Amino acid sequence: MKKELKLMKGNEALAEAAILAGCDAYFGYPITPQSEVLEYLSNEATKRTGMVVLQAESEVASINMVYGAAGTGKRVMTSSSSPGMSLMQEGISYIACGEVPCLLVNVQRGGPGLGTIQPGQADYFQAVKGGGHGDYKVLTLAPSTVQEMVDFVGLGFDLAFKYRNPVMILTDGALGQMMEKVLLPEQKPRKTEYEPWGSTGKTPDRERNIIYTLSLQADVMEKWNQRLQAKYREIEANEVRSEMIDCEGADYVLVAYGLVARICQKAAHLAAEKGIKVGVFRPVTLYPFPYADLNKLADNVKGFMSVEMNAGQMVEDVRLGVNGKKPVEFHGRQGGIIPSPEEILAKLEEKLVGELV
Amino acid sequence: MNEKTMTVEDDLHFEQMIAEESVCTKENLVYERPETLTDATMHYCPGCGHGVAHRIIAEVISELDIQKDTVGVAPVGCSVLAYNYLNIDMNGAAHGRAAAVATGIKRVLPDKYVFSYQGDGDLAAIGTGETIHACNRGENFLIIFINNGIYGMTGGQMAPTTLVGMKSTTSPLGRDVATMGNPLKITELVAQLPGTYYVTRTAVNSPVNVRKAKAAIKKSFEYQKLNKGLCFVEIVTNCPSNWKMTPVQSNKWLEENMLPFYPLGDIKKPSN
Repeated sequence: MKKELKLMKGNEALAEAAILAGCDAYFGYPITPQSEVLEYLSNEATKRTGMVVLQAESEVASINMVYGAAGTGKRVMTSSSSPGMSLMQEGISYIACGEVPCLLVNVQRGGPGLGTIQPGQADYFQAVKGGGHGDYKVLTLAPSTVQEMVDFVGLGFDLAFKYRNPVMILTDGALGQMMEKVLLPEQKPRKTEYEPWGSTGKTPDRERNIIYTLSLQADVMEKWNQRLQAKYREIEANEVRSEMIDCEGADYVLVAYGLVARICQKAAHLAAEKGIKVGVFRPVTLYPFPYADLNKLADNVKGFMSVEMNAGQMVEDVRLGVNGKKPVEFHGRQGGIIPSPEEILAKLEEKLVGELV
Repeated sequence: MNEKTMTVEDDLHFEQMIAEESVCTKENLVYERPETLTDATMHYCPGCGHGVAHRIIAEVISELDIQKDTVGVAPVGCSVLAYNYLNIDMNGAAHGRAAAVATGIKRVLPDKYVFSYQGDGDLAAIGTGETIHACNRGENFLIIFINNGIYGMTGGQMAPTTLVGMKSTTSPLGRDVATMGNPLKITELVAQLPGTYYVTRTAVNSPVNVRKAKAAIKKSFEYQKLNKGLCFVEIVTNCPSNWKMTPVQSNKWLEENMLPFYPLGDIKKPSN
């Protein structure tokens, strides 16, 4: 398969990947540090594939445009950054309940409130625990390279349609802004076929298709919830993805996702120079979280340290995975600060290595 | 007025007449349920205008034969279950977001007919932003705006269109302009925007007004086919339950109070 090698900024690479994935429509609103996605698509998409690109009046409007457009069965996406993603949570709850497949991208910045425009990872809870109202789950992919910003667009659409569920790419401002070389996939054609459930106009050969999220009968709504939960169990059984880097023979394991997983690899190299055997465990899907892989790994190591750009969010899932088998420590930075490899190693030595000698 | 009491004999006579095939012929048919209206029993209160509004939409879709090409958007409010009554593909939007949802549908299916059906709280309070911007972009779909000056579904609270002095559960002494602001004439407002093509105010309180409302909806679908821009049809309706009136009283009250403030007729006529 012919592939093209390019040097690209994360946000632009993701936008390019959307065009190449045959995305039918993008609805978005400017917010730093993700505006390049909207800008790139506004310049490129319509003239190349006829893809719909619309700058909405707000993130509230964009997510509801996604709900409507994706409800027809087309490939539809939006992107935003943390404060904008908060505004979209109501819509995401409707999209999950209505089982409308679509791709969401959160290029995270530091919060809370207006926070900062520097990178952050403090929307982990919002993404994986259901940021809106009600019991629902969003399949969440966490890229750690610009290449994965590209690869997860196609994968995200595939998973969204496989499960009729929203899929989120949870990345951050650093990955969105940095430039790396990427291999771009081939152009996929735009979607022409209708989905059997899509709300596109009732033809005589089928019953009407309604995308909706309401039942006033408690027993019906409970069954609806049970159907959603059954789907989530299926996703948890089939779609867990993680990466283990030098975990074999390691005494200590750093757990990190996205950008921080790369910094942790450098920290592990620095540790090796000091004779400390450190591996890195990188969850690729944050929901479903790789609990079982972590639990298995816990049999062979002395302890874990979760490293995050927040005050301690994913560490809760790491603890659930390790389930008390070994100590789980945490190191986090906030406000847009990116932890350095030296700092991570120092914390690892202070919190785990020193304690367990 | 002398009212003739129906006797058992009369009753039997009519039943016999109806049973005769010669009477029940296609030629004699003057009124039937349009195919695009389901036969589900509507949950609306007796005398409510929603049922009539649904019916004329269904009649228009049937008459234009566009069922297979039409997608509707239902709001949150009394008409949240509109998709149970209209036999067409539909999408149930979040409160206030119908114009954004309709924008999404129309943008990816530009050849289809798209309309949203929204109440006053949905369209003119929580969804003002989506309404104004969809109108301003000149999105090529139809907004049907049901204005009864009150929140029906939640039990009669003050709406953006509640008249000055009008009582509701949240304006128990009547709407007071000093503290609650003025009723919002959003229809006149959207008529100012270059993106709207046809903006009109109708009502369903009398047979003649029902016919006019239906004609406005029909025209709007025809304009949509020609990509003319956003059409906006307000339908002033009653809310007997929350106005605490009988259906007949409510239609009279509507004529005497609602229509002077919300006058019927075209607010923006098509330019060609």
